[in-house]
Amino acid sequence: MGEPEGTVWKGLFWMMQLFICVNAVAKSFLQEGKGRLLYFYTIAGSRDFILSKLLFNALLMLLMSMVSMGLFVLMLGDPMPNPFSFVLISCLGGVSLSLVFTFLAAIAARAQQSAALMAILGFPLVIPQLLLLSRISTIAFEEVIQGGLASMILLLSGLDVMIVALALILFPFLWKD
Amino acid sequence: MIRQNWWKIICVVLLVYTFVAGFLGAVPAKPILNETIRNLYFHVAMWFSMMILFIISLIYSIKYLRTNNHVFDIYALEYAKGGIVFGSLGVLTGSIWARWTWGAFWSSDPKQLGAVIALLIYFAYLVLRNSMTDMDKRARIGAVYNIFAFAMLFPTIWIIPRMVESLHPGGMGNPALDTHDIDARMRVVFWPGAVPGWTLLGVWITTLRIRLSLLEEKRNH
Repeated sequence: MGEPEGTVWKGLFWMMQLFICVNAVAKSFLQEGKGRLLYFYTIAGSRDFILSKLLFNALLMLLMSMVSMGLFVLMLGDPMPNPFSFVLISCLGGVSLSLVFTFLAAIAARAQQSAALMAILGFPLVIPQLLLLSRISTIAFEEVIQGGLASMILLLSGLDVMIVALALILFPFLWKD
Repeated sequence: MIRQNWWKIICVVLLVYTFVAGFLGAVPAKPILNETIRNLYFHVAMWFSMMILFIISLIYSIKYLRTNNHVFDIYALEYAKGGIVFGSLGVLTGSIWARWTWGAFWSSDPKQLGAVIALLIYFAYLVLRNSMTDMDKRARIGAVYNIFAFAMLFPTIWIIPRMVESLHPGGMGNPALDTHDIDARMRVVFWPGAVPGWTLLGVWITTLRIRLSLLEEKRNH
């Protein structure tokens, strides 16, 4: 069994990240019972609630990203000439994915559907992020200087900020139930 | 306002003008594009209409969230559907254009992919609405998702395709509508004729659907 080369490794890694994120966030959000949500509604404001959910899922994804990266390196070999930057990229990527899925899980939880709905809603929305991430991660795999790298990272961070802002503004409307 | 006829007549006149001038008028001769540049009046104008329809849908979604008036929700839904129709037509006309200029209907170009993804996001909006049975909940969650989906339009079809290499005009930092490609003869058909014509058509179709929905609701109560 050979070790896959850079682009395959990278592709597999981001696919894995996507599925890890969907499952992690779905589990954390959708398994809350109705009683517990009511309890949260009475003791905390809606903004605090969504902010804490976003933060928690981001941290969870950070942990999952590290674990999955470790497993990947262990089992598929380490083709990265630049491991430190890839660690940072996977942190950024994991957090970005988790923000989108947290907000979607909030919507899906209100719709009382399972994680299937969240997945359907989510896949088109994360494709731009995945595209950006795979372009950014080429810098960790090749020695070439990627043109426009700073603007891509800025764009990804900007996207994250926009999602957090939207979640903060829109979640109170979802919460009224 | 939506029952009046004057703007519908204007719509028909403008579209007839667009078709006649579009096919018979003079166009600059560009290499590779040749006569296909006439597709500008269809493909690009339809994307403009789609953006306008989605903006109107967004406004009604915001209005619904502020007032909880059910009528606004119907408006938002139908305008989003209208935008989806024009977006799909835009992708279709774009791939026909691509067949003759790039060689294939579909070349996985970033702009093509971005456009399809944007449409998928709005289709997901329809799926979301259908998955809920409670009317108020459906309206509220639908409005929230509509705002989110509109915000996602900008990265997927405006920002990312411009940043990466693309066959489509607009890659590597150029504006999507290069002012050097079209000249005054085309502009006089495009701006007063094609864009308002297709937009008014979209609004006309949407308002008919809205009136139908409102009548159905009245009948059911």
